[in-house]
Amino acid sequence: MIDPVTLAVIQAGLQQVCDEMDLTFSRAAFSPVIAEADDRSDGIYSATDGSLIAQGSKGLPVFVGVMQFSTRTILERIRQGLTAAPEPGDIYIVNDPYLGGTHLMDVRFAMPVWRSGEIFCWLSNTGHWPDTGGAVPGGFSASAISAEQEGLRLPPVKLFKKGVLDQEIYQIICSNIRVSEQRIGDVKAQASALMVGAERLAGLLDRYGDGTVTEAISDMRRLAARQMRAMIGLVPEGSYHARAMIDSDGVVNAPLTIALTVTRKGDDLTFDFAESSPPCRGPMNSVRATTLSSVYLAMRHIFPDVPISAGAFEPLQVTGIGGTFLDAQYPRPVSGCAAEVSQRIAEAVFAAMVQAVPDRVTAAPAGTSGNFGLGGHDPEKGRDFVMYQISGGGYGGFAGGDGIANGCSTIGISKAPPVEIMEQTYPVLYRHYQLHEGSGGAGEFRGGLGLDYEIELLRGEARASFVMDHGRTGPQGALAGGDGAVNRVEVIRDGTVTVPEHLSKAQDIAMKPGDRVRVRTPGGGGYGDPARRDPASLARDVALGRYSRTEAEQLWPGVLAPT
Amino acid sequence: MTGLVAGVDVGGTFTDLVIFNPASGAVRLAKVPTTLPNQSGGVLNAFQAAGAELSAIDLIVHGTTTTTNAVLERQLSKTGLITTQGFRDVLELGRRTRPQAYGMHGSFTPIIPRDLRLEVPERMDAQGRVVTVLDEEAVRSAVIRLRDQGCESLVIHFLHAYANPAHELRAGEIARSLWPNGYVTLGHALLSESREYERGVTAAVNASVQPLLERYVARLADELAAKGYARDLLVMNGNGGMVAAKDVAKEAVKTVMSGPASGVMAAVATGRRAGMPNLLTYDMGGTSTDVAMIKAGVAPVSNEIEVEYAMPIHVPMVDVRTVGAGGGSIARIDAGGMLRVGPESAGSTPGPVCYGRGGTRVTISDANLILGRLPASRFGQAADAAHRAMADQIAAPLGLSVEQAAEAVIRIANTHMAGAIRMVSISMGADPRDFALFAFGGAGPLHAVALARELNVPKVLIPARPGITNALGCVVADLRHDFVRTLNRPLDAVDMGDVHGVLAAQEGEGRRLIGLEKIALTEVRAEYSADMQFIGQTHLLRVTLPHARPTREDLQRRFEAAYHARFRVDLPTIRANLVNLNCSVIGERPALDLSRLIDPADRKAEVQPVSTRKVWFDGWHDTPVYWRDHLPLELELRGPAIIEQMDTTIVIDPGARVTSDADGNLIVEVGA
Repeated sequence: MIDPVTLAVIQAGLQQVCDEMDLTFSRAAFSPVIAEADDRSDGIYSATDGSLIAQGSKGLPVFVGVMQFSTRTILERIRQGLTAAPEPGDIYIVNDPYLGGTHLMDVRFAMPVWRSGEIFCWLSNTGHWPDTGGAVPGGFSASAISAEQEGLRLPPVKLFKKGVLDQEIYQIICSNIRVSEQRIGDVKAQASALMVGAERLAGLLDRYGDGTVTEAISDMRRLAARQMRAMIGLVPEGSYHARAMIDSDGVVNAPLTIALTVTRKGDDLTFDFAESSPPCRGPMNSVRATTLSSVYLAMRHIFPDVPISAGAFEPLQVTGIGGTFLDAQYPRPVSGCAAEVSQRIAEAVFAAMVQAVPDRVTAAPAGTSGNFGLGGHDPEKGRDFVMYQISGGGYGGFAGGDGIANGCSTIGISKAPPVEIMEQTYPVLYRHYQLHEGSGGAGEFRGGLGLDYEIELLRGEARASFVMDHGRTGPQGALAGGDGAVNRVEVIRDGTVTVPEHLSKAQDIAMKPGDRVRVRTPGGGGYGDPARRDPASLARDVALGRYSRTEAEQLWPGVLAPT
Repeated sequence: MTGLVAGVDVGGTFTDLVIFNPASGAVRLAKVPTTLPNQSGGVLNAFQAAGAELSAIDLIVHGTTTTTNAVLERQLSKTGLITTQGFRDVLELGRRTRPQAYGMHGSFTPIIPRDLRLEVPERMDAQGRVVTVLDEEAVRSAVIRLRDQGCESLVIHFLHAYANPAHELRAGEIARSLWPNGYVTLGHALLSESREYERGVTAAVNASVQPLLERYVARLADELAAKGYARDLLVMNGNGGMVAAKDVAKEAVKTVMSGPASGVMAAVATGRRAGMPNLLTYDMGGTSTDVAMIKAGVAPVSNEIEVEYAMPIHVPMVDVRTVGAGGGSIARIDAGGMLRVGPESAGSTPGPVCYGRGGTRVTISDANLILGRLPASRFGQAADAAHRAMADQIAAPLGLSVEQAAEAVIRIANTHMAGAIRMVSISMGADPRDFALFAFGGAGPLHAVALARELNVPKVLIPARPGITNALGCVVADLRHDFVRTLNRPLDAVDMGDVHGVLAAQEGEGRRLIGLEKIALTEVRAEYSADMQFIGQTHLLRVTLPHARPTREDLQRRFEAAYHARFRVDLPTIRANLVNLNCSVIGERPALDLSRLIDPADRKAEVQPVSTRKVWFDGWHDTPVYWRDHLPLELELRGPAIIEQMDTTIVIDPGARVTSDADGNLIVEVGA
């Protein structure tokens, strides 16, 4: 073991390399989804098994740990001769979900770092491309039943050879995706982030020596494992059961169940998903890498102090996913895994862990990205458009406080676009954009409120699609707290209100001018017994119109003073 | 006229004063405790401490944290909002965020509570066409209702008012006829830019601090007048310029970040005279560190500052970023056995262990004391407690000596600070190695040399008076007015006549406003820029324009060049969007002679230490201690050395070389 000071300094140095890659990628990226929404992540991976050494702190949470699976796959395929061996300056591209990925839109680059002719480690990053082909623009087809409908699938191939972009592969990609002419800006940004990382890493290695850094990496891994085990020590021995439900897979209108048993035994935590639903027909399957990452990111929300590294994941065993929809195999469609299924997995982890460490975990957050897509033609601008409205929801109450309103998805950190920008860009008018009143789950500490908005199509024609969740059951309350309100979608055409058959998922609903869509996103779960809520806080909720008096009396019987 | 100019800055702990006599260059200084809640007591005390006759002073420029504190502590005036029907919750919904990337806990308090946010029927579309006409009766009854609920200030904030302000203007007229005072803020008036949350928060902050600032400034002006001050009072703005006290409350929001801005303006002035126009300012305080990048002698300005979580203020302000550690940052061993420093801070209460105010957890300041970098004499008994805390909390678990542990704490803190500063530099498109580190604040000079080495920055500039830099910023600041106008159209579709007209109108208004002030100026000049992006992008790049009549080709070419310089990417097939046109009109004040900030009469002919003490640099060194005011201008010193002065302690690490410039600034070549 090297001395503790050098170790801490090298750890900070490796973290810095990753943070600089994240920043370079976002600053140089062309697509708003990366540049503004930070839907990307960067990290450093072991040359022997692809395991995670360090990952940028500004990466999108859903990518916690995920690239170690794709890097591992690349290493294995090189060994098996399925993928060409690397030379200096080569960068691989891969987006195959079944080879250690998420959905097709998350495109990974991976590049070895060379020291005296040997590979010292790998750098890898992932960026959400706005489109990778497939049946619908953007890739979120709610009714896809096979991977081919979701877009272009790339096994690991060299996009850059000896530092030069391979035009032939690039043209194949461009011929299969929409708005391809803008992708070159993202490709260059994604590659330059890796190159900046390699340069900074070389500086660190020159300063401390390859041997010392190698030793530090193995010490860091051991210490991170020890730190996670210390956190696990806070969990009383035993098993904790929880469930999370997905409304439907978008094709077959029946709920999917994530059944989780968390068991603490000794220094390890086991997350067993064996009782979960089998693979589904629609796109709400998850792949193995995404399922594991979802567990990791939930644990990181609970113990944010533990650094993101393979060591931290060591004491976390995920079992029983084989044969369930959480370990889907080709050609099961998977577009919903990163945005929605991952959040249900995290919810199951929260719901189990809140029983074990109630001071550290909140009741369930809204946990849906609230993706509403509208594609059509704008006659005034003479062009086609594809609009996405993402939205937040209420967070869960927690020991000592109410959940915040309109919080970001559990797996994201990106802001929603302003109404004014949406109206500038697309032929829509928002009728309202306000708190979803009454939506926070009851509890000693109530859930945060969701969002309530309504959009009207102004001109032309369009088709609406939804990939949301929690339409059937609300985010779970904890420790006797009540559930948050469900997600509600209403389509108002010719004055008639309809609710999509699958509640939170639908595709290609035809809209004409004057037609409207109203969405109310879920409120967070309540925390603790509602009877224990401070009457003055509840009276304030009523005075501010967060709940009507009647709602408050129903949800918190006997707490309000009689009028 | 005596020509005496005074800068007085109120900080969290101290109120600092600097008085210049431009004719002789003579300087008087004072540092007194800040008085709260009414800061004017401290201001008057400072003048008294400096022995200054207020009747003899010609100009006072004041920096205040009244509005900053009000926002951070939410001690705001009761303020009401009238907004578009369906949108009263915009100020509470924000942009769907959470306080930190990991952890689902946290809370958020909107600037205006829900019961004081009322809606009226009205609506514009994105092109500024009326969708729903303004219901004037509804406006009237909303105004009356908010007035009767006891609101002192009022915000009127309508959707798309930047595109067409007619409804806001009319509602404002109605409100003013009913409102008992002048505190009515229209959303588009401060910021004519799309993004309803950011524009709304900016307006709401303005309204809710306006009465507080106006009362404070009026009271201070009265108290100064009662002591004989007969001239105008000027107040620092966050854009690094100053405005007349009587006008400052109109755009009170602009003062929210004025403290950090004045430090940067002092750095600009100092760096210009020192021939060091590229500076990375480094102001380390008790809980945090402020960093800014000055390129070519110009302070960076941003329209998008976030004062705290979900509190964006979108008016032009000096771009100062807050990073990681301060002297109070806590060191600890984490559950894995790794040494960590921060982000937790002991702040100023209870503060570091060595303050003896009840702090028990060991901090960066304690480490500096243990290593002999801070003088033990200043801390008395608490120094022993700091030793014990370091021994128990850090040294024993890691198997290190107390000194090794303290050094490790400093080293890790510097590593993290350097990392954070690098991130700030990169996000501003610059490499820190091209800058000199300008170290100020109470703790900045303690770490500057080691930090510069960590950053590969070759030189450190330590100004004559690091601890009163903000007050100096007040006296060197210029008059300044900034204008932003949003066009947000493809460059190819923009009418260039409009572009020229907008810039000319902005400049005209700025010159008019500056013309109203009775302040000696050497020059009034205008700076122009455009915020642009490639079509399809959302982030903006600022493009400097040499004059107010650019051609279309000019704009495209300059934008592409700026984009390449920043991202090293050419995208020749994609066209540009022109988002904002900006103009800043600056009334330059006569430059001040900064060579007497340290009194030349105190300088000695020889470099002579006042004492020697043991200081730890990878082992104990008998280290000479110098008194800053005694150092001659002809100076060459080599580390290790400690330089003490009234307002700070400077650590010169072994291997560094110190010289002085003609103003008495110390220039440290940090070496390897």
